[in-house]
Amino acid sequence: MTVTYVHKDAQARTLTITSEFSAPIEHVWQLWQDPRLLERWWGPPTYPATFVDHELRVGSVVNYFMTGPGGDQPRAWWRVLDVEEPHLLRFDSGFSDEDGQPSTTMPFMTNRVTLSEQPGGVTRMAIETTFSSDGDMEKILSMGMEEGMMAAQSQIDALL
Amino acid sequence: MVVDYLDDQRVDRLFHALADATRRDIVRRALSGEHSVSALAGVYPMSFAAVQKHVAVLAAAGLVTKRASGREQLVSTDVQSIRRATALLDEFEALWRERMDRFAALLDSAPNRGDQT
Repeated sequence: MTVTYVHKDAQARTLTITSEFSAPIEHVWQLWQDPRLLERWWGPPTYPATFVDHELRVGSVVNYFMTGPGGDQPRAWWRVLDVEEPHLLRFDSGFSDEDGQPSTTMPFMTNRVTLSEQPGGVTRMAIETTFSSDGDMEKILSMGMEEGMMAAQSQIDALL
Repeated sequence: MVVDYLDDQRVDRLFHALADATRRDIVRRALSGEHSVSALAGVYPMSFAAVQKHVAVLAAAGLVTKRASGREQLVSTDVQSIRRATALLDEFEALWRERMDRFAALLDSAPNRGDQT
């Protein structure tokens, strides 16, 4: 199975999910670096993501929107905090307002992605997501993400 | 923006409360039910007053509740808030598992794309 370890800390509001892939570390990194590849896994099939601005450079802002079955297009952003290709990517992520600017009123979370080479040509990827508060978790989950969740329920069931 | 201001304060208190190993341990112990402050004080190499202070910080952050029972102060973790956070994390875990499934499928289907780097 892809996912090898999951740690949830409700008190610290952190989710860590570790996966292992039989692929070189550069290939795994490429799925974050190349927006056309990123689009193929970030959003669920019913809510595909389109990355408009995407450059993994410290300080850069990544902009993307998702397209729902009803034509709705919620916009979102990342702010890149750390990049050490192909080992580390750290970014804040959140929603955008109608002008496409990072919303000042909406919550955000901090994501830390670490890649490491394991024996046997395996790449391990750990993703740690921290929410700033309970309220933020609820808002983020109720906005945009849950549509994909519901649509993908059968796939998730198959996975578990 | 009074509400936002208060929210920020609440978040600060929460982070401050969880930043200490003893306080995190108190939250964990008090998950199983009420513990008296004196019983907790017996667990840590510190004074009763120091433990009492830790409990006060946790209570101010809304992580534990305190009630008086005779001379004792009984502490319990606010299970409701922890449960709510856990349920939300469960949802988020499912979202990421699904993403990782697509991620793996993509790696398998397009092994050559990575060679562009």
